[in-house]
Amino acid sequence: MVEEASQLAMLRVEDAPLLTGRGRFFDDLPAPRGTLEAAILRSPHAHARITSMRCDAARALKGVHAVITGEDYARVASPLMVGVKLPIQCWPIARDKVRYTGEPIAVVLAEDRYIAEDALDLIEVDFDVLAPALDPLVALNDDAPVLHEEMGGNLGSERSFTYGDPEAAFAAADQVVEVSVRYPRNSCTPIETYGVLTEWNPHDQSYEVTANFQGPFSIHPVIARALNVPGNRLRLKTPEDSGGSFGVKQGVFPYIALLGACARLADRPVRWVEDRLEHLTASVSATNRAITLRAAVTATGRVTALDFDQVEDVGAYLRAPEPATLYRMHGNLCGAYDIANLSVRNRIVMTNKTPTGLNRGFGGPQLYFALERLMQRIAGTLGLDPLEVIRTNLIAAEAFPYRTASGATYDSGDYAQALERALTEGDYEALLARRDTARAEGRLYGIGLTAAVEPSVSNMGYLSTALTPAERAKAGPKNGAQSCATIAIDPVGSITVQIDSVPQGQGHKTVAAGIVAERFGLNAGDVRVVAAIDTSKDAWSIAAGNYSSRFAAASAGAVSIAADRLRQRIARIAAAQLNVTIDDIRFADGKVFSIHNPDAAVSFSRVASAAHWAPATLPEGIASPVRETAIWTAPELAAPTEDDRINSSLCHAFIFDFCGIEIDPVTCQVRIDRYVTMHDCGTILHQGMVDGQIRGAFAQAVGAALFEEYAYDEDGAFLAGTLADYPVPTIHEIPDLQILHTCSPSPLTPLGAKGVGEGNCMSTPVCIANAVADALAPAHGPLDLTLPLSPTRIAALLSAEPPAPAGQASPRKPDGKGLSGQGQARVSATPQEIWDLLMDADQLAALIPGAHGVKQLSPTRFIADVTLGVGPVKGRYRVDVGLSDLNEPHSAVLTGKANGALGSGSGTGTVTLVEDDGGTVISYSYEAAVGGKVAAVGGRLLDGAAKIVIGQFFTALGRKAGGDVPRRGLLARLRARWGASS
Amino acid sequence: MRRLNADQRHKIGMTLNGRPVEGYAVPRLLLSDFLRHELAATGTHVGCEHGVCGACTVRIDGMMARSCLTLAVQVDGAVIDTVEGLAPDAERLSVLQSAFRKHHALQCGFCTAGILMSLDTLLRDTPDADEHQIRDVLSGHLCRCTGYHTILNAAIEAAATLKKDIQDA
Repeated sequence: MVEEASQLAMLRVEDAPLLTGRGRFFDDLPAPRGTLEAAILRSPHAHARITSMRCDAARALKGVHAVITGEDYARVASPLMVGVKLPIQCWPIARDKVRYTGEPIAVVLAEDRYIAEDALDLIEVDFDVLAPALDPLVALNDDAPVLHEEMGGNLGSERSFTYGDPEAAFAAADQVVEVSVRYPRNSCTPIETYGVLTEWNPHDQSYEVTANFQGPFSIHPVIARALNVPGNRLRLKTPEDSGGSFGVKQGVFPYIALLGACARLADRPVRWVEDRLEHLTASVSATNRAITLRAAVTATGRVTALDFDQVEDVGAYLRAPEPATLYRMHGNLCGAYDIANLSVRNRIVMTNKTPTGLNRGFGGPQLYFALERLMQRIAGTLGLDPLEVIRTNLIAAEAFPYRTASGATYDSGDYAQALERALTEGDYEALLARRDTARAEGRLYGIGLTAAVEPSVSNMGYLSTALTPAERAKAGPKNGAQSCATIAIDPVGSITVQIDSVPQGQGHKTVAAGIVAERFGLNAGDVRVVAAIDTSKDAWSIAAGNYSSRFAAASAGAVSIAADRLRQRIARIAAAQLNVTIDDIRFADGKVFSIHNPDAAVSFSRVASAAHWAPATLPEGIASPVRETAIWTAPELAAPTEDDRINSSLCHAFIFDFCGIEIDPVTCQVRIDRYVTMHDCGTILHQGMVDGQIRGAFAQAVGAALFEEYAYDEDGAFLAGTLADYPVPTIHEIPDLQILHTCSPSPLTPLGAKGVGEGNCMSTPVCIANAVADALAPAHGPLDLTLPLSPTRIAALLSAEPPAPAGQASPRKPDGKGLSGQGQARVSATPQEIWDLLMDADQLAALIPGAHGVKQLSPTRFIADVTLGVGPVKGRYRVDVGLSDLNEPHSAVLTGKANGALGSGSGTGTVTLVEDDGGTVISYSYEAAVGGKVAAVGGRLLDGAAKIVIGQFFTALGRKAGGDVPRRGLLARLRARWGASS
Repeated sequence: MRRLNADQRHKIGMTLNGRPVEGYAVPRLLLSDFLRHELAATGTHVGCEHGVCGACTVRIDGMMARSCLTLAVQVDGAVIDTVEGLAPDAERLSVLQSAFRKHHALQCGFCTAGILMSLDTLLRDTPDADEHQIRDVLSGHLCRCTGYHTILNAAIEAAATLKKDIQDA
C-alpha cells in the first residue's frame, strides 16, 4: 500500500490532460471576437537601408484590416530599453534600416493568417543593401560596417576586471597554456513557437496581453515602458501550458510590444503565432563567443591564475536582458577549481545577426567550452593525465562555503568525493580499457572529461557588473532574487497554490502540491496548483519566471514557507478548538489532532475553513489563514561590490561528466559510446523530474555538440530555417546515459535544493569535444575544435575528404551558397531564330517557367514577374534582366536581379549560340547568389532547382523554335514537376 | 475528380474519433488548421509545418500522417483519429498513455500528441513490435524535453502489457 501511495505521489498532476489532448497551450485558447491575425514581413537582408515601402496593394486585399510599419509603431510606442547605456535605439520593428535577416519590417493584420500571409507578398520594399558585419572579431575592426551609426562602431561595452594578482602568478608560472575557441550560435528551439494575443482598452489606456512568455518578469517594465504605459496598465497573462521554452520564450517580449502597438493602432485585438521559419531565423539565439583563455600553471598542473579575453556577439541589438549571457557566470568563471587570481576582459559586440537572449545553460556552454578545453590542453602540454589535472585543481571539501576570486559564494559541495564516486560507479576503468582495445584495433576512440559548477537562482543584480562602479552608484542598487507563492484556503477548506515559476513542462505543479500536502497531512491530489500567471492578480516580482533553474531552490522554497506559516495558524486554531497546546498538534489523513489524543480529531477542512465562516472565533492575534503569500529572497545575493565582486547566483551544483566516443573514419560521424554524468544538486525534491531535466539537457547538448548551428552565409543570409537545416537530434542520435547523484544540501535555500535544469547544457558539449580531441590526439596532436562537430568538420580535421570525382565538380562556391552551373541544349532552329525569340518579350513570357508577364523596358532590359518554387518555398519574384555584350546572333551576357517576399538573388549568365547542322547548340553558364527566406529553407535544394528551371527554359525554347526536344525519362519529368511551378 | 474553387469554402465531412463531423475549408487550408480551428480539436499540435517535427501526426484511414502536410479537402470522407480519441473514456488513460505517465515520457507535452498517435498506430498494427521498430517510429518525431529514452521505455512497457492482454484474452 505504502509503495502504491508513493508511486502515486511520483506521478505528475500535469500529465493526464497533456496525454489526452486537453492541454491549454497558447494556440488552444479562445480569442475575443473580432481578433485579427497578424503576419510579419521580415527583412531578406542582413544589413540594408529601407529606401521606400509600398503597402497599398496589401491594404487593398480583401480581408486585410491594416498594415503596420515601423513609423506607425513609433507613433504610439517607444524603443525597448537597453541594459547598458548606449546611444542606440532597439525598436521591435525596423524603421529606416534593417540589421539582421528576419528583422520585422511590417505587420499585416487580417481576418485570418492565410490572407495576412498573402498580403505580405504584396508589400514592396526597396532596399539599399549594405555590407554586413558578421564575425564578432572582424566587426570590432575600424573598417568594419557599422550597425548603429550613433555608436560609431560595433563595440557595445567593454570592461576589464582583476581579482587577486594574476600578473604575478603568470610571471611565476612554470608554464602558460592557452586556448582560443569559438562557441557557435545555437538554440534549444522549443517545439511550440511564440504566441501573443494583445488587446488595447482606450478608455483606461491599458493593454491586456496573453503570451507564452517564460520570464524573467524584469522584462515586464521593459514592455510597459515600450508601450508608454505604467506597469499597472499592462496586464500580462501566461497560458496554463507552454510547449517548452529552455529560455527561448523570454525572447517573445519584443513581439508583445510590437503587437500591443498593433492592437492599439488597429483598435482590435491582435493575435500572432510564430511559424517555424520565423522562430529559427529571428526569435532568439544563444550568443556566439570568441574566447582566448590563458592559464598560469605549475609543473604539476596546478592552475594559479586564469586570464579571459571574451568577445560576446549579441547580434544586431543589445536586447534585454543582454549582456546577461556574458555576466551570468561572472562569479564562477573559474568553474570547479580553486584559482585565486583572475583577470577578465569582456567585450560586447553587435553584428548583423538575430539578437540573442536566454537559452538553457545561459553563458555556461560558452564558458565551460573554453575552460574545460583548457584543462585538457594543460594535461596534454604537461604530459599529465587530464583526470589528474582536474583532481589537482578541484576546490577542497573543507573550503565550503567557498568564496571565488570574482565574488561568488559556493554554498556547499564535496567535489572530490563526487568525482571519485562517479569514477567508481560509472566504471571509468572499464572505459579506459575499452579505449585501449579500440585503439589497438586502429579505431578512433577518445575519452572526454568535464568538471563544472552549475549556478542557479540568479542574482538580479549580476547584470550591473557590466556597469562601472560609478555607473552602478548612479543607477541605484540591484540585487536579490525574490520568489513568491500564495496559498489560499477556500470556504470548504480545500487548498489552491499559486506559484510564480511559469513552468514549461518541468512538473512544478506536482512538486508544489507534494510540498503543501505533506505539511497539512493531505494527499497531493487534494491540493490544486495554478502555474499560469496574471500580473494584475498574482504575487510576482521581477525575478518571477522559469529561468536560472530557480524553481526547486527558490519558488518551491517560497511555497514551503507559505505552507509553514499557514500550518502554524491552523495549528493554533485547532489547539484552541481542542483545548490542547499548539506543540501537540499534528496533521495527518485530512485530520488535525493532538498527539496525545488522536481520536479527538477535527477535520482539516473544518478547521481550515473556520476563518471564512467565523473569523470572530479565531484565537486572538492570529492572522487570517484564508490566504498567505510568502515572498522570499536570499540575503546572500548582494549587489556587486566596489571592487566588482559579484555573488552572481545563490546555489552552485556540481557536475562531473565523462564519456567515450568513437569516430567513424569513413563517414566521420561521432558516435557516443558511453556517457556518465554525476550531479550534486543538493536535496532532490522529485527524482523522476530531476532525471528528466538531466536527460533533456543532455539531449540538447548532444545536438549543440554534434549537429546544430544557426549558420549564416557570408552575406548574412540565414541558412538554418527548417528543422531539416537545423538538425535537432532524434532518438537515433541520443544515447542512453548513466545518471549518478550525490547530495550536499544547500544551506541557503528553504528545502536544501539547488537548480539542476541546465547543467548538462554546460558540461556535455565540451565533454564530447574533449573526447573527440582525445580520439584524434594520437594522430593529430592538440586540436582547436569548433562546434558542432559535424562530419564535415571532422573530415576537415582528418584531412581525409576525398576530391570530387572528375566531371562532378561541386557546383557551389566553396565559400557560400552561391550557385553556378553550365550546360548545353540543342534545338532545331537557326541561331538567328533563337536570337529573335530571346529578344522578344512576348515570346519570353511563354518560355520562362512560372512567368506571369514580361515587359520590355528597352531593347536590352526586361522585367518579369515569376512564380518559382524551391522545396517548400514557393513565391513571386520581380526579375529584372539586362542584356549586354550583344553579338547578334552569337552571344550575349545577361545580368539579372530577382526580388520577392521570399528572398532576393542576383547573377550573371552567358549564352552562346553555335550553328550545328541546321540547328543550334545553345551553351550557357551562370553564377548567382541568393538570400532571404529561400536561402534559409531551400539552401540544399537550390542547385538542383536552378538546373531544373534552366532546363525547363531551354526545353520550352526548343519546343517554341520547333526543334527536337530531347526525350526525357520519367525521372527527369518528375524532377521538373517538383522543381518549379508551371 | 471533384473540382474545387480556390476562393470558396467547401464542405468537408469526416469521421473524427468515431463521430461524424462537418466543417468548411478553402482548398489550401491545412488539415492541422482545419482540425484545430474549424473543428476545435486542439489536441493535435503544430510544431514546424514542414513535416519534420511530427507533433501534428494523426491517423488518416488507419495510416499515420502529418496533418500539416495534408490539405483538409484531401480527407473529405476519411476516418481521422487524433489524440483526443486514444483514451477509453474521458476519465481514464489508455495503456500507452498510462505508461507515458509512469515513465515521465513527457514534460511539456507539446510533441506528445503526435508521438502517441504514431506509437498507438504501431502497437495496433504490430502488437509484437520490438525495440527496434519502436525506435524506428520514434525517430520520426522531435522532442526537446525528454531526451527520448523515457518515451522508449514507456512504449516498450506498453507493448509488453498489450501483448500480455492479447495472450490473456
